[in-house]
Formats: sequence, structure tokens, C-alpha cells
Amino acid sequence: MDIRIIIDNLPLYFEGLWTTIILVVSSLGIGLCLAIPIALLATARNKWISFLPKAYIYFFRGTPLLVQMFMIYHGAGQFELVHESFLWTIFKEAYACALIAFALNTAGYTGEILRGTIEQTLFGEIEAAKACGMSVPMVYRRIILPSTFRRALPAYGNEVIFMLHGSALAGVITIVDLFGAAKIVNSRYFVPFESFITAGLFYLCLTFLIVWGFKRAERHFHAYLRPREN
Amino acid sequence: MSDIIAYLPLIMKGMLLTVEVALISLLISVLLGMLGAVAKLSNSRIAKGIAGIYTTIIRGIPDLVLMTILFFGGQILVNNIGEKMGWEYIDVSPFIAGVLTIGFVFGAYMTESFRGGILAVAHGEIEAGYAFGMNPVQVFVRITLPAMVRHALPSFGNNWLVLTKTTALISVIGLQDMVYNAGLAGGSTRKPFTFYCVVAFLFLIITGISEIGLRRLNKRYSVGVRKA
Repeated sequence: MDIRIIIDNLPLYFEGLWTTIILVVSSLGIGLCLAIPIALLATARNKWISFLPKAYIYFFRGTPLLVQMFMIYHGAGQFELVHESFLWTIFKEAYACALIAFALNTAGYTGEILRGTIEQTLFGEIEAAKACGMSVPMVYRRIILPSTFRRALPAYGNEVIFMLHGSALAGVITIVDLFGAAKIVNSRYFVPFESFITAGLFYLCLTFLIVWGFKRAERHFHAYLRPREN
Repeated sequence: MSDIIAYLPLIMKGMLLTVEVALISLLISVLLGMLGAVAKLSNSRIAKGIAGIYTTIIRGIPDLVLMTILFFGGQILVNNIGEKMGWEYIDVSPFIAGVLTIGFVFGAYMTESFRGGILAVAHGEIEAGYAFGMNPVQVFVRITLPAMVRHALPSFGNNWLVLTKTTALISVIGLQDMVYNAGLAGGSTRKPFTFYCVVAFLFLIITGISEIGLRRLNKRYSVGVRKA
């Protein structure tokens, strides 16, 4: 074990950590924005409307993230439309491709989580809202969506951790995230144990942080479910 | 289209390897999962501690990172040991590193599924087993194990679906599975998108078949359960 190499390269790891965090946070943000309409359309009773979002969810949950990322990173250049237009400035960047792939992927998973939760909304709540004279959009805004977000919280916490772990794939396509940093250190000094275990420890800390954060969030948002303290 | 047909044998060969990797790692993960679940539910504090550390660490570190640790690090470790023992140079293949990592990673997830399944077995059944004079091993094999399958099956199925998709990662360390071969085919025909689409479609077929199989298993193990 050579700790010196790791200490000397800590700035590189922190740079990677920052890239990982930005990448994960922004893809989760974009993914959540996409997931809400996907979930709403997927719960539609009309089969023609719900078909497309359901197919989207099926595709992104049924294929590996690595393949999806390669499809965008290596595959986009195949089309002249992309290659010849301004789009190429986006798709030639590894970072943009990874971000797009991650965002679309997490949109699929989050969409499925939200779809399941929306469908499990207690009918009595919706009935009560209707009895109070709320219109359909208002029922969604005031009753269904807030309760969905609360109930989806634990499953979404898992999805955030999966996204963090999936983001290591960015290192495969030349991005210097935590895994990319470890790859660089390993190839420079040939210290596989030290370099990758350091990256692993960083990931472990991030995971613990996320778990802790969601536990706090659940305590706040699920306060009404807690047994009463005497 | 002619490109796809020309490279289809190569990709199908890769698919076979993917399925092989998935099945062997499933076997390892089920064994580790059983061990882990029994350890977590045992009275021994050491066994509980080891199983707890195992599941926490595995679920906190990305599988890709674990795989590279085992692939690159394992190579050095094996040969350092080999040097002292006087073995010849041993090559850690991507296949072995991949199968071990995936088995090891999903062993942690299986531990949680099986633990949940065992906890869901009605306590009276286990007590009845003891009342008949069975020893703990007999109770486990004859009563707990068959009864837990039904409860563990849904999350076992989920783990299997995630596992098959995780096998794609082994292509990163050089195993010539279908993702790797699709990369080759896409490179030489300059149609990477087409070939990754083919691979995505094949993955959907694998998951589709698994879902049908899992549904049948579920039916088989839910015989005798009353439904409303």
C-alpha cells in the first residue's frame, strides 16, 4: 500500500468528486422533470395515450445503462442529421452524452416509481376532493401529487443511490469523475488497489450521505405516520 | 440490414456468453445470499457483524469500481501469492473477475431478499417442526427453506433482472460479451447506433423471457395460498 501516491493525487480525486456530484444532481433534476409528465401520461386510462410512456419506461428499465450511454455517445455520429448540424457540438462532448443518457435513464426509473405510487392513491382521498368541488387539475395539484411525492420518497432514495453508482460509467467514456480519476491514477502509477479503493471510499461516503439525507427527509415528510410519543 | 445479418453470429455468440455469465453469477449470489441471510439471523454477533459489513460495503460502492478492484488488483494479489508459492504466472481473466464480482455484489442484495423471506415464514410452522423432533438443520431444510421461497421470489426476480443488465459492465474490462461485440461490429461498419439497438433489443428479450419464467415460478410456489 502506498498512501503517498493517493495523498499527492487527492486534488484529482476532489475534482472527480465534484464532477460526479454535478453530473448526478443535474441528471436527477432533469430526470425528475421528465418523469412527472411520463408518469402522469402512463397512468392515463386511454390506452393510446399511456402506450408511449409505458414503452419508454419499459425500454429504459429493460436495457443496461451502459448500452444506452454507448447508443448516444458512439451512436449519435452515425446520423448525418446530427453529424452535419449544430447538434454535433453537443453530441461530440462525452460529458453532454453522459448527462443525456443518465437523465433519460433515471427518468424511466423515476417515472415507474411515480406511476406505481399515483395508482395507489387512496380512492377515498380523490372522492373527498371531488366532493369538495375541486376540478381535475386541482385534484392533481392539491391531493394526488403531494401525497405521491411523500409516498414515493423511500423508493426514490434507492433510485438516487442507483444513479450515483451508475454515474461511475461516465469514467468509461473519458470523463474525469471519481472513477475516471481512479483510472488516471492507476494508469500513471499502476496502483490498482490504492486508486480504486480510494474512489470506492468516496462513493461509500456519498452513499451514506444520501441515505442519511433521505432518512431526515422521511422523518420530516412522514411525520404523520410516526407513532405518537407520550 | 445486411450488416446486421453479417454480424449477427458474432453478437449471438456474445449473447450466449452474457447468459452464461449471468447464470454463473446468479449461482454464486444465491449461495452467498443464503449464507448471508443465515448469518444475519443467527445469534452469533461475529457472524452478524461480518454479514452487516458485507452488505453495507457492497451496496455503497458502484459495481464497476468493485469489478476493477478485483480485476486489476486481483491480478497483482494472485501473482504475489503465486510468487511466494512458486506457481507460474496466472492470468485473472475478465470472465472470472466479472463473474466473481457480480456474484459477490448480488450476494449482498440476495442476503436482504432471503432474510426478508425467512422472516416472513410463519413462526408456528417452525415451532411445529421442532415439536416433531427435527434438529435445526432439518427444520431449515424441510420447513423454512421451502416456505420462504414464495416470500423471497418477487425481490429475487428483481435482483435477477438487475443482474442480467449488470453483466454488460464486464465488457468494460474486456470480456467479449454482446456489448463488446456490438462495439466491434459498430466500429467496422460505422453503424454503432444500429448495433447497440440490436443489443438493447436482445436484452429486452432476455428480460421478457425471465419475466415469463418468474411468473410461472411464482404461480408454482403460491399454490395453496388463498387470494381474495
